[in-house]
Amino acid sequence: MTAASPPEVLRAPLVVEFPFTRSLGPVQSAFLTGLREGVVLGVKTSDGKVMVPPVEYDPVTAEEIRELVEVGATGTVTTWAWNDRPRPQQPLDTPFAWVLVKLDGADTALLHALDAPGPDAVRTGMRVRVRWAAERTGAITDIACFEPYGGPGGGGPVPHDGGFADAVTGIVAEARLDYVYSPGRAQTAYINALSERRTVGERCPSCHKVYVPPRGACPTCGVATTDQVEVGPAGTVTTYCIVNIKAKNLDIEVPYVYAHIALDGAGLALHGRIGGIPYDQVRMGLRVEPVWTEGGRHPDHYRPTGEPDADYDAYKELI
Amino acid sequence: MARYAREVAVVAFAQSDHLRRTDELSEVEMVMPVLHRVLAATGLKAGEIGFTCSGSSDYLAGRAFSFTMTLDGVGAWPPISESHVEMDGAWALYEAWVKIQTGEADTALVYSYGKSSPGSVRDVLTRQLDPYYVAPLWPDSVALAALQAQALIDAGETDESALAAVGARSRADAEANPHAQLRGPVPQGDYQVRPLRTGDCPPVGDGAAAVVLAAGDLARQLCERPAWITGIDHRIEAHSLGLRDLTDSPSTRLAAERAGVFEAPVDTAELHAPFSSQEVVLRKALGITDGVAVNPSGGALAANPMMAAGLIRIGEAAARIHRGASQRAVAHATSGPCLQQNLVAVLEGDPR
Repeated sequence: MTAASPPEVLRAPLVVEFPFTRSLGPVQSAFLTGLREGVVLGVKTSDGKVMVPPVEYDPVTAEEIRELVEVGATGTVTTWAWNDRPRPQQPLDTPFAWVLVKLDGADTALLHALDAPGPDAVRTGMRVRVRWAAERTGAITDIACFEPYGGPGGGGPVPHDGGFADAVTGIVAEARLDYVYSPGRAQTAYINALSERRTVGERCPSCHKVYVPPRGACPTCGVATTDQVEVGPAGTVTTYCIVNIKAKNLDIEVPYVYAHIALDGAGLALHGRIGGIPYDQVRMGLRVEPVWTEGGRHPDHYRPTGEPDADYDAYKELI
Repeated sequence: MARYAREVAVVAFAQSDHLRRTDELSEVEMVMPVLHRVLAATGLKAGEIGFTCSGSSDYLAGRAFSFTMTLDGVGAWPPISESHVEMDGAWALYEAWVKIQTGEADTALVYSYGKSSPGSVRDVLTRQLDPYYVAPLWPDSVALAALQAQALIDAGETDESALAAVGARSRADAEANPHAQLRGPVPQGDYQVRPLRTGDCPPVGDGAAAVVLAAGDLARQLCERPAWITGIDHRIEAHSLGLRDLTDSPSTRLAAERAGVFEAPVDTAELHAPFSSQEVVLRKALGITDGVAVNPSGGALAANPMMAAGLIRIGEAAARIHRGASQRAVAHATSGPCLQQNLVAVLEGDPR
């Protein structure tokens, strides 16, 4: 839930996705494989407590713990919280209770969702049982949720060797976070100028260095860079590399040259692709200018201006 | 004072106004004025600081390596001695305090910031949870706090009206704090996740804070009344929520013991309790009695910039000592779900 932002500020959706592939230890593997098979396993800690969900190391002594036990798929709610407005990716898309459930035979509680008609149907101490997901893969979500249960309990912990055919050895933890990103004052001004095909940096009021692109602060002086300075459009290649690996989703033929370019008047180099010249003829000191494409908000690449190369002394401080 | 090798004090504190959004500012643009103010309070220039340490999380604004951008605001080039924690700035302060204790620095600049407005912080915070058993369920930060609140209610330690009073008191006190995001009465509102209502939850917003630490006589030169850190410690609970007694905070109590909180009375407690129910837990763990001013700044229920709200507790407690309103204060910072990790510091002024 985000509040409205002022209309004059640049902003754009930003999606961050990070699917981590995580390997499982022997205890986690047995637990998650067990869920796939409809069995809930716990682990005995050094002092004989049964931990569900189980961990690889004793939470008090840090000893390796491997003694698995099967516990019931029924249990008791130890605390709860009614969630009237489920959020995306939560276990249920209708109102539900978050619950900590101590399964029969366990000494610790498991966090999950409880499908109940409303908050009046939920209380601490109520009896619940696992509702298994229809399709199970070896993940905590193999428990679809808990549901109220009035039947008999599941009894105490029973030793279990944790052996299953085709054990799960890893999980892929998918995650996606959505943002609306705003670049701030200095970068907004830079991006807006670029869309008018002007490159506008900012000068440090203290050391007078011109930053392109500006980030709002001079990293040497630690002060705001407030004076706007138009630079370029031409500049000098200060250094470069030849790219031979084709980037995913980038429609540029290899090999091509990627260069640091000190635009005239800038106190540091920015980077861009060099085109309009064979890749093996690009050199330090080459004079280049931006090439804009129709509707583009930034230079597509830089090409030679045809001027004589710049003297090394003219750009050596900017390498 | 003999607890540690060196006397170290908070000699200055500054914070931004805490706002729901700051779209017009990048992170460094938000942080820089706070850095300038805290340095100005000491008369030190950035180049005279011995060690700089910051606390922030890239996940909040979705901006990779944002802390390297905010370092620009310090004037970090040519390279200065600096470090960063992906935690609340209170832990950055701890690192800086250790650095001074080792003798490698005599002064430190500590800052932290959080820009939660670009994202959905309730969902973002699920990504810090156990990736095997908990994170796949996406239990948001309010839901987890609500489980803790219900456990407290079940145990008879509080009720909904007592929780509402915590929020109301915090925002009433925040009327005297020009930086707070919520000042004065706020409707208690609907359940966010029952039993927690809107008024039991912290505001979501953007903000930054900074302190300067200094050792010994230098602290006395830089500050008329230094806030000496006479004790500081941090401890953590077991990882699994279902293993913990959510009605108590043994890690806070242990950190407080190690920091010497219980060796003498305190007059002020700045507690990092983003949810009203968490203040109940912290009061118990720290043995806070009735005469103690709890969160006179308004606390995290009035302004909770992620990654900065803990450092602000230390800063607010120190500022109270600086202006002579406190003699001995306890400051607390927390991180993670349901008070997972806790830092406790004792701050004292020289006797008057």
